[in-house]
This record gives sequence, structure tokens and C-alpha cells, in this order.
Amino acid sequence: MEKLLEILEDCCPDVDFAAEKNLIDNGILESLDIVMIVNELAQQYDVRIGVENLVPENFNSAEAILALLERLQGEE
Amino acid sequence: MPHHVLTYLEESFRKYPNRIALADAKTSLTYAQVHAYVTSFGSGIHRRIGGEGRPVAVCLRHNVYDVLAFFSVAYSGNFYVPVDTALPADRIGQMMETIAPAAVLAGEGTRVPDTVPAELVWRQEDWACDAPLPEAPWKRAKDTDVLYVIFTSGSTGVPKGVAVAHRSVIDMAEQFCAVFGFPENAVFGNQAPFDFDVSVKDIYLSLKVGGRLEILEKKLFSFPKLLIERLNERQVDTVIWAVPALKIMSALDAFAAEKPLYLRDIMFSGEVMPPKTLAYWQEKIPDARYVNLYGPTEITCNCTYYIVEADRNPEENLPIGTAFPNCSVFLLEGDEPVAEGESGEICVAGSCLALGYYNAQEQTDAAFVQNPLRKCLRETIYRTGDIGRVCDGKLLYMGRRDAQIKHMGHRIELSEIELCANTAEGVSVSACVYDADVPRIVLFYQGSAEEKAVFAHLRGKLPKYMLPAAVEKRENFPQTRTGKIDRKALFASLVHKEN
Repeated sequence: MEKLLEILEDCCPDVDFAAEKNLIDNGILESLDIVMIVNELAQQYDVRIGVENLVPENFNSAEAILALLERLQGEE
Repeated sequence: MPHHVLTYLEESFRKYPNRIALADAKTSLTYAQVHAYVTSFGSGIHRRIGGEGRPVAVCLRHNVYDVLAFFSVAYSGNFYVPVDTALPADRIGQMMETIAPAAVLAGEGTRVPDTVPAELVWRQEDWACDAPLPEAPWKRAKDTDVLYVIFTSGSTGVPKGVAVAHRSVIDMAEQFCAVFGFPENAVFGNQAPFDFDVSVKDIYLSLKVGGRLEILEKKLFSFPKLLIERLNERQVDTVIWAVPALKIMSALDAFAAEKPLYLRDIMFSGEVMPPKTLAYWQEKIPDARYVNLYGPTEITCNCTYYIVEADRNPEENLPIGTAFPNCSVFLLEGDEPVAEGESGEICVAGSCLALGYYNAQEQTDAAFVQNPLRKCLRETIYRTGDIGRVCDGKLLYMGRRDAQIKHMGHRIELSEIELCANTAEGVSVSACVYDADVPRIVLFYQGSAEEKAVFAHLRGKLPKYMLPAAVEKRENFPQTRTGKIDRKALFASLVHKEN
């Protein structure tokens, strides 16, 4: 989780990823942030986040993103 | 020709009263409903502030009520100023000071900054049903009256309010329809926020043709699956988007599984379209018509267009094309016309010109000037500050005038180096900065290519004096609020690194 938070905060330094649980529904992350995060995660975790997994539920919190990553890594 | 944009509403209401005119995620309204709402609310505005062309700020939520508010303000004989209340309070303060609004319309859920006097604010609950006035106030208007003021970020840091008259918006709508021939039932998928002039096309083109404006909320652009579902469910066939929105779709490989099924016209503007983004869209949606549009807010949306030809070389950068009818676009170097094939500042004349910057005479006079080629009569032109060059009868965009540098005795457009780098294999986007102290040119890029390979590509295509002294790969580029590359921040990162 720490590694993930670090990556996320590198992408968007002004967002408190540890505390915020409604990143999407509260409009905190915008499309350009999502593009950046998806690219960064793809490189750091060696996973491909396809369109089918690009849904708000998977990005509302750091926990949700971590769960997505674990699921994707498990599939490989 | 109509002299007021509400003529379009009246016409479409008469022809298609029961057709859906406006829709967002939650609400859809027919032409009859829009007409009734605007007549009532517009009358209410007129009763409270009169109809002498006063400014009315509209706090945006990017839904149907924003558009209803715009039309109602126009109905009342006044003009609207769209305001994104998520902007920093200081910036909103500057805007309010510049326009001094007669009223501020704020719907449910909009946060009105403290800088706005409370007595000016009308909450959504107050937009009640007023009885229509016996005579619609807008019928007495003329086409040189202001329709809206849209703020653009001035390079000085103080936002400038571009004031646009009905005449210019009507001219835009007429010329777009003449050139592109939109069908009467076109469905426009609106992406651009309403405080960007890209959205003016969506609003008034759909109103003119009698089609439907589908407002696509921002969230959809983070999640292509949801966006594609909406586009297909609502049968959106026409999109006029900012280039970053198209870039996001290719960056996320949005069309890997599902695709938009109805898109017929895909138009884009706002910044240079990267060849790879266009190639991605064309591969996934091959049958659509793709159009590159160019123009600053000051000339009302766009002054040139280029319909992408099927047999063009995808490696080459897209021209911005040719001028719309009823508009002249020409190149000046200082006050002189440029020789054939030479580059010069893009200048524009015609009904598309804005009236000027609101409450900013000095800035207006600096940008909207007498055509130096007309010695005997007054003709105002707008100097865009962009550099262009004509090649094979088509205008090419060469970057900003202030991005022009003098290096080793040569005048160089940094953007020309970027455009060339963008055509290299494995480069998705690039940005050049000039480090005048050394002096040297530095190129940054994103993508999978090796630095050496990018340099080799440039060496094969550019004169030696244009070659960057350093080529640096970056994971991410800093971005401005509107999604453009933040060159100042890039430059700062360079200086930082050297220390």
C-alpha cells in the first residue's frame, strides 16, 4: 500500500490519497489524472488496465486501486 | 440572415416542438419545453434588471440548466458570462471585477465564491415561472449586441473577457452548416465546458439545425466504457471536441473492446493533433469524417478548417486548411504581407471578429487593429499571435509567435521541431524549450523511443541549426488546467536539474 500511495502522490501531489474515499464521485481526479495514473501503474506493476476495468468503482480510493491491481496480477 | 440567436430557437421550436433539444445524464427537454422555459425565465430576468445589455454571470454545472440560463439571459436583452466556480477565488474575483454583473445565476449545488455580493445571487429556486412579457425583449435587439463574454487566460496572468456579438455566432453557425451540411436531426455530443468557446459550436449548431445537444459530463472522459455506452445509447453522431479529449481516448486504448457506433463527424481544435492520436481514431472509426479546426476565441470558434483526406500521408502534420466563407485569413510579417511560402502572423478579418475585450480598452486596441493593407478605409483585423505558412494552398500552423526564438542567427519556431519529433517512431508527444543563457534548444518527449533514435530522426529532417542540444525522455509532462503542456514548468524542471 505504501508503494502505491507514493506512486499516486507522485502523479497528483495535491491529492490526499490516504484519506480520500471518493476520488471520482467528488470530482477530485479528472481524466488527465486517470491517464497519468493508469500509465504509471502499468509500468510500475507490469499490468495492463483495460477499458473493462476502467470504471469509477475501481478508482474511488487507494484501497480500490490496490484491490484492482491485486486482481489483475492474480489473473496473470 | 437572423439577427439574434433566439431566431434559431423559434424556428426549431416551430418545426420540431416535440423533438428533444437538450439532454444531460438526468434530464431531457423538448424544443417546446425549452421555448417555454426561456420565455418565462427570460421575462423574469427582464423584469428584474431590464434589457439594456447588462452582464449576467452564470455559475456552471455543465447540465441543461446552464444552456437554459444562457438562452434566457439572451431573451431578456442582456448577455451572459459563463463562470466555472471551481476556479481559484482570486481568478473569479478578477472576472467579477471586470464584468461587474447585474445578476449572478447559481443553480443548486454551485458554490458561489465569497467575492460575489450576496444580493446579486439568484438561486435556482428563484428561477420560478414568470408570466411571459407581452413582447419578447430580444425582438428589439440588433446583431451587433453582445451575446456572451468568455474569459480566456491572458499570457499576462490576468484573464481577458472576450465579448462576442450575435452576428459572430450566427456567422459561425451559417458557415459551419454551409461547409459541413449537418443533417436536421444531428446529435451533438458536447464535451467542452461551457466557459470554453469550443462549446459555443455545440450549443448553437444543434439549435440551428433543430438537432439535439447531448451534454457529456466530465466524469465520462475518465472512463471510456461509460462514455461509449452513453454515446451509443443516445446515438451521438457529431462530436466537436478539444484535442486533449481525443488524446485521452487513444492513451487509454478506449476503443479496444466497444466502439462508438454512430459517429459520423469528428471535429477537433484547441491544440495540434498528434498524428498518432488521429491514426488511432481513424483505425478504430474509419468511416467518420475528420476535421481539423483552427481559431482563437477572439474570432468566434474557428476561422479555418481542414477535412482530413483519405490519401494523405499520416506521417505529416495536419494543415489547419482554408478559411471559412465570409472570413479572410492572411499572413503578415510586421505590417507587410509575407512572400509566397514564407511564414507570418495569422491575421483574421470578417464578421467573426469579437467586439473586443470587455472593460479592457488598452488590450482591445493592441489585439484588434486596423488592417495595415487597407489605407483608405477602416477595417479591423485580429492579430492571433500564431504563426502560419501556406503550403500547397493550405495553411499550416507553425506555433506561437512568442515561441519564436533567435538561435545562432536563425529565426526558429520551436513548434516546428516539436512537430517533426512527433512524427518519429515511438514518440507520443514532445515539447521544446529554449535555454537562452547557454544558449541551447532542449527537446522533451514522452514515448517508448530511445533518446538517440529521436535525435537521429530529427537530424534526418531538420537543418543543423534547429537541432536540439539535448533530447530528454520524460515519463510525464506537467500540464496546465486545460490539459495543455505546461512549458514554463518544463523549463523550470530543466533549470532545476542543472543546479
